[in-house]
Amino acid sequence: MVESYIPLFVMILVGIIFGASNIVLTEILGPKRSTRTKLSTYESGMEPVKSARERFSVKFYLVAMIFILFDIEIVFMYPWAVQFKELGMYGFVAMILFMVLLFSGYIYVVKKGALKWD
Amino acid sequence: MQPFDLVGSLPLIVIWLALGAVGIVIQAFVRNTKLVFGYYAGTLAVTGTLAALTSYHKTTAFQHMITVGGYANYFDVLFCAAGLMTMLAARPYLQRSESEYDEFYTLLVSAVSGMILMAHSNNLVVTFVGVELMSISFYVMAGFFKMQERSVEAALKYFLLGAFASGFLVYGMALLYGATGSLDYVDIGLAAHGGTLRFPLLLAAGAVLMTIGLSFKVAAFPFHQWAPDVYEGSPTAVTAFMSTAGKAAAFSAFIPIIMAVMPVGAGAAAAAYAPQLQMVLAIIAAITMLVGNISAIAQTNVKRMLAYSSIAHAGYLMMGLVSGSADGAAGILFYVTSYVFMQIGAFVIVGLVEKADGTNVMLDDYRGLGKRQPLLAGLMAVFMFSLAGIPPFAGFFGKYLLFLSAIEAGFTWLTIVAVVSSVISVYFYLGMVVKMYFQEAEHATEPAPTGMAGITLAVATIAVVVLGVLPSLLLNIYRTW
Amino acid sequence: MLQSIPLDWYLILSAVLFVIGVIGVITRRNAIIIFMSLELMLNAVNLTMVAFSAFLGDVAGQIFVFFVMAVAAAEAAVGLAIVLALFRKKQTVYVDEVNLMKW
Repeated sequence: MVESYIPLFVMILVGIIFGASNIVLTEILGPKRSTRTKLSTYESGMEPVKSARERFSVKFYLVAMIFILFDIEIVFMYPWAVQFKELGMYGFVAMILFMVLLFSGYIYVVKKGALKWD
Repeated sequence: MQPFDLVGSLPLIVIWLALGAVGIVIQAFVRNTKLVFGYYAGTLAVTGTLAALTSYHKTTAFQHMITVGGYANYFDVLFCAAGLMTMLAARPYLQRSESEYDEFYTLLVSAVSGMILMAHSNNLVVTFVGVELMSISFYVMAGFFKMQERSVEAALKYFLLGAFASGFLVYGMALLYGATGSLDYVDIGLAAHGGTLRFPLLLAAGAVLMTIGLSFKVAAFPFHQWAPDVYEGSPTAVTAFMSTAGKAAAFSAFIPIIMAVMPVGAGAAAAAYAPQLQMVLAIIAAITMLVGNISAIAQTNVKRMLAYSSIAHAGYLMMGLVSGSADGAAGILFYVTSYVFMQIGAFVIVGLVEKADGTNVMLDDYRGLGKRQPLLAGLMAVFMFSLAGIPPFAGFFGKYLLFLSAIEAGFTWLTIVAVVSSVISVYFYLGMVVKMYFQEAEHATEPAPTGMAGITLAVATIAVVVLGVLPSLLLNIYRTW
Repeated sequence: MLQSIPLDWYLILSAVLFVIGVIGVITRRNAIIIFMSLELMLNAVNLTMVAFSAFLGDVAGQIFVFFVMAVAAAEAAVGLAIVLALFRKKQTVYVDEVNLMKW
């Protein structure tokens, strides 16, 4: 029982040693020549415009909310898909009905423009 | 066993297809409030009529998930009636505040569909989905005036506390499921009565947690603090609906659950804790009505006063649960019916007196209403008398039935507390009448034209008077189940 | 493997999670964190349900979990929308600053 975990422990140990030794070795061996360019946020990329610590508009919050709603409905389809044959016509009609209700909600969302980004 | 009972489940199917499949699509393409209003009013009317017509058909449907006929259909009709009355009163109210959006009616019908599910439920899953469908619709409706800070605040408070209560409710359901091995009310009842429990302690814990969750929904002590804030902040039309139909729905779910898990005077397995649970309910009921009525005296805002009075009424209604008998259930049914009519009536009048910006809802604003608006003041007086339980109005007979059932169950002390708190309540209900008729107004503001709200008021008044004079009309219906 | 873990442990774990959620709701002041605590409560219930379902060999408990998840998603959408409406109105998400109405 416990023996089967030994490879896992070895793996974890190796990982820790590798990570720690890399950090320590670069600290000791690496050359340190700090210039203004080297210390900037993106060394050879864009100049940062302003501080990142401020509020910004999340235009996609509505999309995110609607995503939560429609995404979670999938859980009802998995059990149905697994038992598709056994449930037969009754289950099929019930699932069609479920999809129709879901889809009419989707039509509403699209027509109201909730998925528009701006 | 047939899996699908078309006749019995017709009201449910109609309201869902009308709402989810057709109504939403109509609203997606057409922006016509009048059409949407008419469509949903028609939906509620058809659903209520179908429920009344199919009430003879008593069975279970969808693999025993729901019961149909009798008790459940009675509540269907009540919810649809309350929904229709609210819609009629809400349209002029919302137009005055310039925030009439089609979605109000969608949410209202969706709340009604949740309530219907609760009344029909024969399974913990169905109860849970019904409770949540109703509650989530209410959260949105409470914040419907999204430009008014009060309304948004009410929505936030209602949402946070309501979701908190749902957590307790569903945890109780989980423990009940573990203790009895089933989600079905009948099986749970059999296990609780017959003593085939795996974990008797879990049954007790589950019952307590579910009682906490449902007490939240009916606003009973010590879980009542949300009610005054939410009822005050919400649009008055919404308050009218959720303080009446919402409470009726919570009790429609409460009765079968209590009957299943609290078998009075029976059951080897349940006998150990049933008396304690009964005593807990009795104490909750007693404190609820005292707290509600005493706090109501101190209020200066009418909506807040009516909110505390609704807490007190939850206490009276819980007396029927304490007895756990058929008489107690009949008392709840009668009282909740009359309560729906009188409370909606009172709130509709509050909504008419209220100004478009949500002010003019203080008790002092009602001074001299009897001179300025004799008809409105007269109707308000009728509802106040009925809420106070003064004969010959419906509230009196409902209280009488509930008090009787508590005495029969051996809870004489509870009845004494109830009588005392009723006497306390007379003080502030009559105080309102005195303000309207015997005090002079400092500043006169004219109430809005009644419009369609007049229909609601007429129906409510007729119901309150007729039920008070001829209670046997309803009591005979209960006997046929 | 899973069968060897006794039912009690699941129940204790889920009870602890539930209580953490309850304490979070009661003590925190940020609406979003309260909201996360509510979700934690519901997920503790889900764990209880699944544990009982496996223990009893009955699938109904797992189906219940699907419904709890769907309801939690609906609650999340509505709750976030309400918090957003509050933020637009008051520029805050701290519930102790939402005190227009008091008893």
